[in-house]
Amino acid sequence: MSVAASSGDAASVAAASENSAALMLMRRHRFRWWEALPWIAGIALYLAFPDYLGFGCDLLVTILFALSLDLALGYAGIITLGHAAFFGAGAYTVGMLASYNLWTEPITSLLMAAAVAAAIGFLSGLVLLRTTGLTFLMLTICTMALLEQAANMAYPYTGGFDGLPSLPIAPVFGIFEFNPLYANTQYLFALGVLFVCFVFVRILVYSPFGQSLTGIRENVLRMHAIGSPVRRRLIVCYSISAALAGIAGGLWAQTTAYVNLSALGLDRAATVLIVLILGGYGRLYGAFVGAVVYLALEHFLAQIYPTAWQLGLGLLLVLIALFARNGILGLGETLWRRYVARRGAS
Amino acid sequence: MTGIRLETQDLCRSFGALAAVQGIDFKLAAGARHALIGPNGAGKTTFINLLTGVLKPTRGRVLLGGRDITSAAQAERVKFGIARTFQINRLFRGLSVLENVCMAVAERAGMAGSMFYPAGRRTDVIGEAMGLLQMLKLADTARHRVSELPYGRQRLIELAIAIALKPEVLLLDEPAAGVPSAESHIILDAIERLPEHIAVLIIEHDMDVVFRFAKRVTVMVSGAVFVEGTPREIEADPQVREVYLGQAGPAAPRAAHG
Amino acid sequence: MNFAADFAGILLGGLAAGTVLFIVSVGLSVTMGLMGFVNLAHGAFAMFGGYLIVLAMNRAHFGFATAIALGFVGTAALSVLLERTLYRRLYRAGELDQVLFTIGLIFIFIAAIVIVVGPESQTLQLPPALSGQLNLGLVSYRTYSIFLIVVGFLIALGIWLTFERTRIGGQIRATVDNRRMAESLGIDVDRLFTITFAFGSGMAGIGGGLGAEFLGLDPQYPLKYLVYFLIVVSVGGLGSVIGVYYASLLLGVLDFVLTLYLPKGGTIFIYAITILILLARPQGLFGRKES
Repeated sequence: MSVAASSGDAASVAAASENSAALMLMRRHRFRWWEALPWIAGIALYLAFPDYLGFGCDLLVTILFALSLDLALGYAGIITLGHAAFFGAGAYTVGMLASYNLWTEPITSLLMAAAVAAAIGFLSGLVLLRTTGLTFLMLTICTMALLEQAANMAYPYTGGFDGLPSLPIAPVFGIFEFNPLYANTQYLFALGVLFVCFVFVRILVYSPFGQSLTGIRENVLRMHAIGSPVRRRLIVCYSISAALAGIAGGLWAQTTAYVNLSALGLDRAATVLIVLILGGYGRLYGAFVGAVVYLALEHFLAQIYPTAWQLGLGLLLVLIALFARNGILGLGETLWRRYVARRGAS
Repeated sequence: MTGIRLETQDLCRSFGALAAVQGIDFKLAAGARHALIGPNGAGKTTFINLLTGVLKPTRGRVLLGGRDITSAAQAERVKFGIARTFQINRLFRGLSVLENVCMAVAERAGMAGSMFYPAGRRTDVIGEAMGLLQMLKLADTARHRVSELPYGRQRLIELAIAIALKPEVLLLDEPAAGVPSAESHIILDAIERLPEHIAVLIIEHDMDVVFRFAKRVTVMVSGAVFVEGTPREIEADPQVREVYLGQAGPAAPRAAHG
Repeated sequence: MNFAADFAGILLGGLAAGTVLFIVSVGLSVTMGLMGFVNLAHGAFAMFGGYLIVLAMNRAHFGFATAIALGFVGTAALSVLLERTLYRRLYRAGELDQVLFTIGLIFIFIAAIVIVVGPESQTLQLPPALSGQLNLGLVSYRTYSIFLIVVGFLIALGIWLTFERTRIGGQIRATVDNRRMAESLGIDVDRLFTITFAFGSGMAGIGGGLGAEFLGLDPQYPLKYLVYFLIVVSVGGLGSVIGVYYASLLLGVLDFVLTLYLPKGGTIFIYAITILILLARPQGLFGRKES
């Protein structure tokens, strides 16, 4: 009567396959039809709004950056205001390699950007992730500021405040050229990079590793108590997140053919945090929703009424912090649940 | 499996001037059903924290199956085979019951760090977790969020997670604490059905539970072992009564019979 | 001789700037130590008070002392209003929500100032008594800077004495040390926090006004110096007046020197030192260790 179930026991697996909770877990990673929508929309944007492809590139870069932050903050609960450090590391890697004509092939440049950013992420994570809370937040801000000032100090190489303009980028696959006037190649290239990175993140999130990150976020004390090597997981997560942010930064440099200190600023780090929270953190598509909403609003409002935009954004943040901490997707989920409950009750 | 599974030698822990745990020599054999009782503030939870690595001792050693684990971190000790439940639940409140137990099973199975295939494909892990839930009669709550369940059920999930780790030594810190008496039998039944080879140490205040469950009892007072014996011996011991007499109410051991 | 004068000049300039940092940040240190609330918007209160003071003097022709008093009271009143209605709801919230909320507040403050006053930076008209130079023997230095340094020291001393000698100071220290125990001792922690928050914000307002010359006073103020405010409170140690005083003076001097001699990227050393200190002592130089 008392023997605990042995693993893989046929009866248990059979029982599991009849239980809705177990089925849900087993099927969670399967593709749903609406997951194709963002990519269809991406192609539609290319076909329908050829004048907005510059904006489109900005959008895709922001989505990737927010996605990278989501991995660290949304899934593992690492609260950082310094993620632009990795964005900037990637941007400057690509930028300096291109500007001095050392390496201009776009795909491999991004891989190098990822490697540099991952290295910085690994080293800083190793040291910083010993701390938590406000101390950790401060350390991430200071690390980012440190890199920003280093780039400033090295202005003969980095261009300092003015940056490195007109970066030469070699054609993708040797065929598709980056035209500074028409962002067609840039946009499709960015879309492709985002797609590959997103697939990678999606696999990671549904993997056992991704699930354990959720556990660390939900109750780190419990994770220690079940034997989870928490620190190791956090450092790996932080490094991967840094790599992705580095790719976003490199992509930004490639699509705008420009890199400057703004890649490493607090402004950029705060904006990506806002974008992610707006969409909903800890959800794969929060970055997409947040980036679209934020950039669309900024594009249309900030140019006409910049002060009103700032006021509105401030109010929005206050409201989100008070009432809708899970962003647009979270709000949507809550409303959906209420709708389903009401339907079930009637 | 016989033999001493868990042992402490002169285990001490002080917080500044306060000696919370003083010179404890303790042995727990395989298959043991051992209760640890004592007035509030006696140092029982501190002792468990020392055993599991939440606290480091100021002096002394902890040995698990003969291996010195005194300097091992909490997570390492779990891998060596010692698990615990907490006095106040530490669950993943936003996740489902099944997910909670799967988290523990996955860690134990050593695949929780794998990155490149979906967790959902490991039907063996999910199956094992479901089997555990069924054994503890939690299967019908599997898809509910932990925060939606009554406290008694949550306490049971706390136990399920510890069992999922397949420990050799299981430390239960007041497993029925805070559970309404109507529900507490579920937990006690579950404890009774634990695998026989596991060495179990349970902190308790309720002498009913101690009588029902324990073969040996250790009484701890002011951080040191006061006396040790069978439940009957302890209950009849006048010194034990005296130690509890100063504390009225729930801290006093209540006899099962008048 | 010249070198000594230069050195003294730089030192005094840095100390004055550091004093301003202190006056603004002391409130932040105490309130963060008291409630553990990450208030990134603290600089916004400094800006608000600064604008009150400067506009009172420049447009309404109030006297210097009156304007300072107005700045203190006005900022304190605003902070009480916001604390009671909004901040209060987020005490139990996670760090992320607090960060978001306070960033949102910063944007609102900035936009409000631009709408009401305009985007230009403001200057403080010094009363004649405080303008000009003061001869200190070795060097003749700006009276106002010396005034600031002295006032800052007196404020630090005053607050420190309040903490050490008065009942409310004892209550604050106890609550910073262990809030739960303070509550169980009957200390009204909510009321304590409102009082401290009001006083801290009022102080910040004064700092914003007094320091207009050193830190400037324009709508971007809360963002420009956010990192510096955070550095001095975390390096000094949350809740420690001595800590934030030393950290502020040190940062003031360092920033002054580095910006002078290494204008491009010199402040990298400030961040490097901060990182080293926080890694070695996460609780700050004078902070209490988490039990």
